Amino acid sequence: MTETDTPAPRQAQAITPPTLLELFLAFCKMSLSGFGGVLPWARRQMIEERRWLTVAEFNELFSLAQFLPGANVVNMSVVFGSRFGGPVGAALALLGLMGPPVLIVVVLAYFYAQYGDLDLLRRALSGIAASAAGLIIATTMKMAGPLFSKPYTTAPLIVALAFVAVAIFRLPLPYVLLTLVPLSIGLAYLRLRA
Amino acid sequence: MKPDGGIYITLATQFALMSLFAIGGAVAAVPEMHRLAVEVKGWMTDQQFADMFAIAQLTPGPNVIVVTLIGYHVAGLTGAAIATAAMCGPTCLLAYYVGGIWEKFKTARWRIVIQAGLVPISIGLIAASAWVLTLAADHSAVAFVLTAITVAVSYFTKFNPLWLFVGAAVLGMLGLV
Repeated sequence: MTETDTPAPRQAQAITPPTLLELFLAFCKMSLSGFGGVLPWARRQMIEERRWLTVAEFNELFSLAQFLPGANVVNMSVVFGSRFGGPVGAALALLGLMGPPVLIVVVLAYFYAQYGDLDLLRRALSGIAASAAGLIIATTMKMAGPLFSKPYTTAPLIVALAFVAVAIFRLPLPYVLLTLVPLSIGLAYLRLRA
Repeated sequence: MKPDGGIYITLATQFALMSLFAIGGAVAAVPEMHRLAVEVKGWMTDQQFADMFAIAQLTPGPNVIVVTLIGYHVAGLTGAAIATAAMCGPTCLLAYYVGGIWEKFKTARWRIVIQAGLVPISIGLIAASAWVLTLAADHSAVAFVLTAITVAVSYFTKFNPLWLFVGAAVLGMLGLV
């Protein structure tokens, strides 16, 4: 989310398309490396290690994945996989990304259901939960930075409206979006027309 | 609670619907997950929700797997599978088809305008997630300090968050949080 503007080393244009197995394994690897977010690892795999994409192509791919609703890296795996292997490629990339963490988390869920009331585990999780919340605050700050540095836009107003509606008033997300999306796109249209 | 067919249908429809409104990724949908699981359906407490988000962060991979945990908590393995598939299925199909035609509109004005309009909304939603998760997780002064330290370290450094979690777990086990 926040790493897209860091420069990465340039590379040759010639890019070997991945085989289906390579596709699956690469997504397994970036998924299993990704603590607190897969995006930095996806960048590293696709641009630097495997050289499947240039920096510009990766940013383009990620901006599409962000634009679409749903989990960003999940969308990215589907779009990237389909580009190199059609429906099978999309399915294998998705399976590589989601399969290993889902298996791990199911095991953890089982332990949580069995031992979630144990005092020691409870206390450890309280600590981790406090830290995990901090990680999301930092993500928000990194993302919001560029938006607030541009003067005279209505973007900070939209950020504030979305925040207050969802966090403070706890309004259902569909209603909030059905109001804010047309408003924000309308304001962007007026601004970009100038 | 013995799961019946009704709970599976609820999980499938609620998460499928939610995924389509998750602008800005899975984290942007966290307040909506909390509203559904804690406030509307009463599937879990505030603290249990914070625990599940913490476990999802501890697990490598996309943040969306918090949905797998919620599904498991509500209706076991079948619930985990249904919730995960519902959260990913519709948006993956959408990504598959839109991904194919997107290139054509690379420089289209409407595309640039829509993107510019959606960015501040997704940031507002992720800020709301941060708020909801902090309120659910922080019940003591030490917990707030721990949150603040994590903010500072992950904002200013590239330190692997896993080590922060390890430190936080140890502080928690010592009974300090």
